[in-house]
Amino acid sequence: MSQSTKTAHAPAHGAHHSGGDHHDPGFWRTYVFSTDHKVIGIQYGVSSLIFLFMGFLLMLAMRWQIAWPNQPIPVVGPLLEAVLGQPASGGVLGADLYNSFGAMHGTIMVFLGVVPLGFAAFGNYLVPLQIGAPDMTFPRINMASFWSFLVGGLIMMVSFFIPGGAAQGGWTSYSPLATSIPTDGQTYWIIGMVFLITSSLLGSVNFIATVIQLRAPGMGWMRMPFFTWAQFVTAFILLLAFPPLEAAAVLQLMDKVAGTSFYLPTGLITGGKLADISGGGSPLLWQHLFWFLAHPEVYVLILPAMGIVGEVIANNSRKPIFGYRSLVYSVLAVGFISFIVWAHHMYLTGMGTKISTFFQTTTMIISVPSVIILTCLFLSLWGGSIRFNSAMLFSLAFLPMFGIGGLTGLPLGFNFSDIHLHDSYYVIAHFHYVVAPGSIFALFAGVYYWYPKATGRKMNELLGKIHFAGSFVFMNLIFFPMFAQGIAGMSRRMSDGGASYMVSDATADVVGRLAKSVIDANVGISVAAFLLGVSQIPFIINFFMSMFRGEKVTSDNPWDATTLEWQTPTPPPHGNFTESIKVYRGPYEYSVPGAARDFLPQNQPSRA
Amino acid sequence: MDIPYTVMPRRDTGLYNAKLGIWLFLASEVMLFGALFSSYILLRVGSYPGVWPHGLLNVPVGTVNTLVLICSSVTVVLGWAALKANQFAKYRKIQAITLACAGMFCCIKSYEYYDKFTHYEVILKDGRVIDGHLVEKVGGGQLVDGRRQPPEAIVIHGVEFPADAKAAGMAKVPLIHNLEKASGHHLEHKEFRIPWSDTKKVQNYGPWHNTYLAIYFTMTGLHALHVIGGALVIGWIWGPGAAMWKSDPERYTNRVEVSGLFWHFVDLVWIFLFPILYLL
Repeated sequence: MSQSTKTAHAPAHGAHHSGGDHHDPGFWRTYVFSTDHKVIGIQYGVSSLIFLFMGFLLMLAMRWQIAWPNQPIPVVGPLLEAVLGQPASGGVLGADLYNSFGAMHGTIMVFLGVVPLGFAAFGNYLVPLQIGAPDMTFPRINMASFWSFLVGGLIMMVSFFIPGGAAQGGWTSYSPLATSIPTDGQTYWIIGMVFLITSSLLGSVNFIATVIQLRAPGMGWMRMPFFTWAQFVTAFILLLAFPPLEAAAVLQLMDKVAGTSFYLPTGLITGGKLADISGGGSPLLWQHLFWFLAHPEVYVLILPAMGIVGEVIANNSRKPIFGYRSLVYSVLAVGFISFIVWAHHMYLTGMGTKISTFFQTTTMIISVPSVIILTCLFLSLWGGSIRFNSAMLFSLAFLPMFGIGGLTGLPLGFNFSDIHLHDSYYVIAHFHYVVAPGSIFALFAGVYYWYPKATGRKMNELLGKIHFAGSFVFMNLIFFPMFAQGIAGMSRRMSDGGASYMVSDATADVVGRLAKSVIDANVGISVAAFLLGVSQIPFIINFFMSMFRGEKVTSDNPWDATTLEWQTPTPPPHGNFTESIKVYRGPYEYSVPGAARDFLPQNQPSRA
Repeated sequence: MDIPYTVMPRRDTGLYNAKLGIWLFLASEVMLFGALFSSYILLRVGSYPGVWPHGLLNVPVGTVNTLVLICSSVTVVLGWAALKANQFAKYRKIQAITLACAGMFCCIKSYEYYDKFTHYEVILKDGRVIDGHLVEKVGGGQLVDGRRQPPEAIVIHGVEFPADAKAAGMAKVPLIHNLEKASGHHLEHKEFRIPWSDTKKVQNYGPWHNTYLAIYFTMTGLHALHVIGGALVIGWIWGPGAAMWKSDPERYTNRVEVSGLFWHFVDLVWIFLFPILYLL
């Protein structure tokens, strides 16, 4: 490095200082176009909670149609007809609109709800705090990530109101189906996805760079909180798995608007006519590219949730988390293996038994580190003095719920049993157990646990426990019967809930002729879904009311926690730490024998 | 608030933030283009034997374009080295060559695209096929009920294939271009004036024409977007952004380095695209 560049560096550094803190950036730069990771985290959090709620409402409309096919939806039906017109004529959710809602329910829940909440919201707010950094490495790119996310989300929302409505090809958008539907919904979906992928790219680069570059002195890799580890691995998955979906989306966009045939085979017939295309494409190609993202995406949904549960359990059982190193290595293993399991979604495509066997093997292998993680979290409870607050209840419920979700996945991972279970309600039940009572419970736990840090007030415990009890009961009432429906042969794609396939109990079988009892379960599930919605009311009230009326915290560390995010002022100011921070110990030093208190913060030099 | 390591490298990683950031970004780009290359392989392996077209692209033109990009890769390093040696004026000159190369690449690529979009395959109702470049479309083009009317006739400079070419097993129609080479027939190039009413199908060699052209346009198009994006960034740093050289030369040099890393990646993608699309 030359001499002159070194000398010229000094005044520039000084100039940089004066640009930073010493003026009030004003309302817009503080709350809207903010580059502060905490504000961006909250922006992500609020918008993804809203998207989650919208995705849930779509599902409620679908559940009505499943339980009471072709009857007008009470109250909401006329409203739908007024807004969407013919597809909702008579206030009935028609089959096309059902398909649209189904596709968008999946898209919204995965890409606009759970991932932005678990990864972007919690990650943005907490990762820099937990590693003792002043902000993300690239604050402006971080802001761009959020706005790109919001634009992508809005494009998805707008697509409901275009002629023909939103995408109808399912969240998996399999070609040629998705390409052949003669409306523009799919084009909007693709363009929306490109924005969301851009957002996740900018976010993941930022997360990885932040964790690698901005750890405070003393914050070695094996002193990082489990949550940060989970986010770090998640960021790598997003960084490397999303681009193939972007490539897939570009190819599908070309099929849709430029008349290419990447996914359209020779001799394709649509609408009873031979399609006017060059042909020669491969429908399997889309599935490979899609699942190359979408299976790792499952771990994007679950790893941040596991991270949250790890933090909450360590704190509320007042003892070190069991097997910290095993947890870290397991998360890394899950991250790696998640890239080579994708084709277990494709056993029925005829891709060949050898390939199926390979992916069946890797699928069984990936369950090993997942089980290690869950086991460590269970064992962390052993001998703890557990505090049963709302955050802990949700975390505790996460463990068996995720357990059910994971174990019921094994029959789907074996290709022989998948032949029967594929595309049935069993699949729906399986992955919802992973994501809904799994991930979403953990995310609720995270909201209850970190709310005092972000606002300075605790959420109401009574409302929290009502919220928990309702959610826990109704989640299970919704999803458990679906296992039985799926095993009985009920396909997940039927807009009338299988009514048109109903036969007398004596002639029912598992290849599509359904017994009345199987179909009658739809009503109970739909009622439970509605009551699940009602159970969220205490949460919504609690979330907003506690901002103003909640019990004020008396210290910056109301849960007596060890990790660094609790060693900042409440709420943390721009730049996070008021003094330079140094880390002396691991993340979970609870109940250390001989210590003065039952927790030793990471930045506390001595045991006194 | 100051974010550490924005300019100076962190001791244990040896990197400043932006350099790590661009490498991560490039990892993601590798996966993006990797997926497209994989798609290319899958589509090509999955095509019927003998259907994949060869020789549709002009190899000498592609070679020149490859050399242009390689040249820009050299200059982008030299420009950064000049800054490291504190020779700003030299950097300005060398990096100007990089930008010129980027512009030249885009010009040559546009010429190649233009060549494909004016290259037509006309299938006549009697089964003959005429393949060649468009000379003119005669008449037509007026709007009737919001739809553009077809021309009265179309003039093509190219070759004519007999109606029985397919039956003779010489080639399939989408592969008409390979026919001349494969059959050893010498076909005379001349101008054909074809009344529109005689045609069954008129299509130019755009991405819709066949899977090869589809992947050609998609991959080179996406690559061209990267070239344009990279050139815009390098150009901004070179031009209006150069004021930073006076205020913070080290950070400025880093910017040149990071944009150069991206530029190398864009070149590398082309180094793979050229053989798979032009040569193989």
